[in-house]
Amino acid sequence: MSTKITVMEQLKNEPKNWGIKSILILGLIFIGYLGVTYINYNGFTEFGLTVMWNISKSIISPNTALLFGEGKNGVLYLITETAAIAFLGTIIGTIVSIPIAFMSSRNIVPGWMANIGVAFITVVRTFPAVVYGLMFIRVTGPGAFTGVLTLAVASIGMISKLFIEVIEDLDPGIIEALDATGCNGIQKVQYGIVPQLMGNFASTAIYRFEINVKYATILGMVGAGGIGAPLIFAITAYRWADTGALLIGLIIFVLIVEYGSAKIRKKLATGE
Amino acid sequence: MNKIKKFFLPKPIVLGNGKVVQPAMSPMVYVIPILLVLFFYSTSLTGFEIGTLINRGSKFFDILVRMFPPNFGYFGKVWTPMVVTLVMSVVGTLAGAAFSIPAAYLSSENMVKSPAVKLIVRSIMSVLRTIPLLVLVILFLNMFGAGAFTGMVSLGVFTFTIMTKMFYELIDTSDMGPFEAIESSGASRVKSFWAGIMPQLWGQYISILLYNFEMNIRNAAILGYVGAGGIGILLNDRLGWRAYPEVAMILLVLLVSVYMIENLSRYIRKRLL
Repeated sequence: MSTKITVMEQLKNEPKNWGIKSILILGLIFIGYLGVTYINYNGFTEFGLTVMWNISKSIISPNTALLFGEGKNGVLYLITETAAIAFLGTIIGTIVSIPIAFMSSRNIVPGWMANIGVAFITVVRTFPAVVYGLMFIRVTGPGAFTGVLTLAVASIGMISKLFIEVIEDLDPGIIEALDATGCNGIQKVQYGIVPQLMGNFASTAIYRFEINVKYATILGMVGAGGIGAPLIFAITAYRWADTGALLIGLIIFVLIVEYGSAKIRKKLATGE
Repeated sequence: MNKIKKFFLPKPIVLGNGKVVQPAMSPMVYVIPILLVLFFYSTSLTGFEIGTLINRGSKFFDILVRMFPPNFGYFGKVWTPMVVTLVMSVVGTLAGAAFSIPAAYLSSENMVKSPAVKLIVRSIMSVLRTIPLLVLVILFLNMFGAGAFTGMVSLGVFTFTIMTKMFYELIDTSDMGPFEAIESSGASRVKSFWAGIMPQLWGQYISILLYNFEMNIRNAAILGYVGAGGIGILLNDRLGWRAYPEVAMILLVLLVSVYMIENLSRYIRKRLL
């Protein structure tokens, strides 16, 4: 005979998890304590609200001459340049990442070599993009070229890390099957390895392109071309109409890239 | 036209029983030309020259060479800013993550009945998400002045916008069974969400939280560049003075911290999922 219990009784049977809950609360108190100790609150300036208000207003009433302007100062040109920097940076980063990823995958090379590769990738990933920017400026001088190289190197870390995961997930069964039908080495790569990797590689590259587009504003700080520098100058100089024009351009552009990237990646993943 | 099409189609395969199979056209036929056109257009637009790279490429290592040996004695001065950066990232990430739960609830397909609410919240969040971190920092610098507090607020808002999107995608694809069961017992939608959907998602929620935390630690180096506290200020200062052995020490501390945090977070994520 089964005993009937009411909802309230069942609620009392709920696991209490006192241990986890108290650890969480103590952790939060500790983090709060650290926050109060290390982070100083310097007070709030009303001027900040004015700035925020002006930026919001500027998006509604932008500098149309700049927004639709032609030539090297127009928003359209700056956006195209940013897109070109991000595109080239992603392509170069991807091409460089492929051999690095293969040489750091445990199922391709011996373990010690993979460890060296992974350590190298970690080091590359830790350096802030700003530092790469400063290094490349000595090579190519300020400009879009520097931006391309900086983004390429900054992309290598993430792209090769994700590539390694894909390569290590390769299904050896497919290659064995091709072996059994008598395929030679090149055919095994063509029909057994490339189809397994292509979709994921392309998806990773497109995702990184999306990140690089957003990163391009940071590059402006080191003078590496794109829409970043004009935007930062416009805000710090309180030129609101220009800020509005540049922000509108950037927001629309990023939204288009995000939408397109999501569409293509979904198609790559599900085939529809 | 048919001839062109035939040219790009792969060779038909004759099977053992005499049947002819026509393999589909590879997407590479149009993907590769598009990529090539974009590639050459971008190279001309950005002034990309492989010659410059070959001739002057060695200059890239100028700074790297001057970083050696790192100034290990400088560690005493790097320590505190690194802790400030960590605390700033932790508090910012946690605050952003906490606010992202209600925002994600309001923008998910299956929780909110009114399409108007969903549309409005999603549009606002999309626009906020496109605002670069750097612009946020400059905005908050005007409000709170230079210092770690500005960094914390910027990282918090930034995390909030990204985590909201990641989390509402999780809510959209969660199992509605428990939610419906609890709602049918008379609980409100919010309560059913908390008791029926959240328990499914805590693991993934903490996983995306950790992912954002890792990203924020790396972003923190950028924040300091515009004066928002932490190790970035020191990095910017030392780079400005061209004190490269000290820069190397800062990067080394950053490297060790990021390495430890990544491994810790990978370990936690493995245990959770």
